[in-house]
Amino acid sequence: MLYRETGDFKSSYAADQQTFPIRSERYLFWGAMVIAFLVVPFFINDYWEKSVLVPLLVWSMAALGLNILTGYCGQVSLGTGGFMAVGAYACYKLMTAFPDLNIFIVVILSGGVTAFVGMLFGLPSLRIKGFYLAVATLAAQFFLVWLFNKVPWFYNYSASGQITAPERTIFGIAVTGASAPPWATYLFCLTLVFLFAWIARNLTRGTLGRSWMAIRDMDIAAEIIGVQPLKAKISAFAVSSFYIGVAGALYFSVWLGAVEPTEAFGINVSFLVLFMVIIGGLGSILGSFLGAAFLTLMPVLLKNVMVGGLGWPTDLAAHFEIMLVGGLIVFFLIVEPHGLAQLWRLAKEKLRLWPFPY
Amino acid sequence: MSPDFLNFIETVLNGLMTGVMYSLVALGFVLIFKASGIFNFAQGVMALFAALTLVGLQTGQVPFAHLINAVLGTDVHHWGPGLPTVLAILVTMLVMIALAFLIEKVVLKHLVNQEPIILFMATIGLAYFLEGTGDLMWGADVKALDVGLPSGGSFWWEDVTRNWAPAGSDYFGMYIDTLDVSAAIIAVVLVVALTLFSQYTATGRALRAVADDHQAALSVGISLRSIWVIVWSIAGFVALVAGIMWGAKSGVQFSLSLIALKALPVLILGGFTSIPGAIVGGLIIGVGEKLAEAYVGPLVGGAVENWFAYMVALAFLLFRPQGLYGEKIIERI
Repeated sequence: MLYRETGDFKSSYAADQQTFPIRSERYLFWGAMVIAFLVVPFFINDYWEKSVLVPLLVWSMAALGLNILTGYCGQVSLGTGGFMAVGAYACYKLMTAFPDLNIFIVVILSGGVTAFVGMLFGLPSLRIKGFYLAVATLAAQFFLVWLFNKVPWFYNYSASGQITAPERTIFGIAVTGASAPPWATYLFCLTLVFLFAWIARNLTRGTLGRSWMAIRDMDIAAEIIGVQPLKAKISAFAVSSFYIGVAGALYFSVWLGAVEPTEAFGINVSFLVLFMVIIGGLGSILGSFLGAAFLTLMPVLLKNVMVGGLGWPTDLAAHFEIMLVGGLIVFFLIVEPHGLAQLWRLAKEKLRLWPFPY
Repeated sequence: MSPDFLNFIETVLNGLMTGVMYSLVALGFVLIFKASGIFNFAQGVMALFAALTLVGLQTGQVPFAHLINAVLGTDVHHWGPGLPTVLAILVTMLVMIALAFLIEKVVLKHLVNQEPIILFMATIGLAYFLEGTGDLMWGADVKALDVGLPSGGSFWWEDVTRNWAPAGSDYFGMYIDTLDVSAAIIAVVLVVALTLFSQYTATGRALRAVADDHQAALSVGISLRSIWVIVWSIAGFVALVAGIMWGAKSGVQFSLSLIALKALPVLILGGFTSIPGAIVGGLIIGVGEKLAEAYVGPLVGGAVENWFAYMVALAFLLFRPQGLYGEKIIERI
């Protein structure tokens, strides 16, 4: 039968605690992974890569990062754009300073650099809470973007102030630069996202994740039962910034190829990722993916319908899109404030009792 | 007085004027936060929307002309010469009240008792929606707004201050924009009016009661929902004033909605719940920003204005997490 615990016996603690406790859920997950890893690369073309799949993966990564901070640890941050910029510029500096370094290591290292910067800007969170903290993280946003605009060392003194990703390879296949084949960039991003989503899932249900959630639910109570706020908050900022930094590195090197800080890492990026997390569901790994998918795919769909289907001018379609995104956000918050992940949870509950709900 | 010192005074004066403009936006935030606990991110976009509507009515644009033309293939743009300024302001005010009513009916009513972060996100969604609607209704081009306020530098002040410098020195007087001066006067009038309103009218007292304690206010027979409509209408009025001032200063365009971001450090400096805090915070941020731009900016390559306010607010918060005049944060388990 579809989606039942019946007949799914567990004989060990490990089996009891696995992420997907029900067999059909496991089949669904691994089936989706097989399609993503083994089928999609054969059919992917330039359009799908640049405007759907790679953006989806990059935003999922960023949303995962912000969800760790905001959803699991309860610290609202509006500095995502700035931290993505740190990841992108760290990636650029490492790529140009060490041309022989493997791009995989470069991306991980730029995540590490961002984690360090994130820890610095996370320090005020020990004293400032709630909206005050959200506004304080705006300092990171504006300061970092300003820094990358003003200090020529960061963009290697190039005349345009832009940074451009040189070509780098893995196993002899280009994954960055203009000549990288779509399937290679896609697989590169997918591997990283898969790996880090797996790590995030296991981090959040371990000791560290539990201390984050304790801080989120009530920080004073958590402190009294022995959770160290310093350790929990700073580690949440570090891990979250690491993910956002990796997302920023991919955003710059794999997806866009060339960026200019004010355009690519502005305050709008921070809001976009926050929307993804909220619409997807705070405190849910699946939610990060659902939110990212929703906000990446909807504009593409809308654009195709309005410009391609109805033949409207593009500026009109753009205004309509902003309006619709805003309207949908409000609509979703009213219908399900806990996000798409909650809808999925409810659907599963219903499915378990189907066809005899009692 | 030496020219250097006079330049310093000029920077401070200009900072104070800018600070008043920030306070105008911050005021709208504080009003809504006090009465409903909602951090209304849409305040800046409301100012933009009000200014757009005002210009549209003044010049007699047909709303949604672009959309109508695209769908029906027609070519409509203006319906007439437009309304006189006073009438246009009144109609815009009606539009803002209708907007407040709609927001309460469509959005807030359904989100009662949700967590603050959810309400905050809803207002960001609202901001996007209003921004799209404003552009769709009136077009996205930069518009000039003229409501008959004086503008340009004040020659009189320039002449007066020129004589302050020692004779023979290279000093040509201070530059003060008359528009900024009228903005400051209007802001003062607005604050006085709001204070009188909340102290001496029945509605004002009801507003303060709701701000103090929602449940207690409900139990003595104050209707929360009508209070919310009133508060959002007042915030819409403040947004209209801010929109007129900023629109007259730098044209009505999208960047107007970004002044909301400038109002945020003002808010955390002054405290979310205090009207005097919004004013004092605005002045501090305005002066600090101009001084930093004038004296620190040249050392690091300029444009420090963008983040300086946030850094000041951040440093300040480390010592006083509730802001200058905010209510003391008491935490219990």
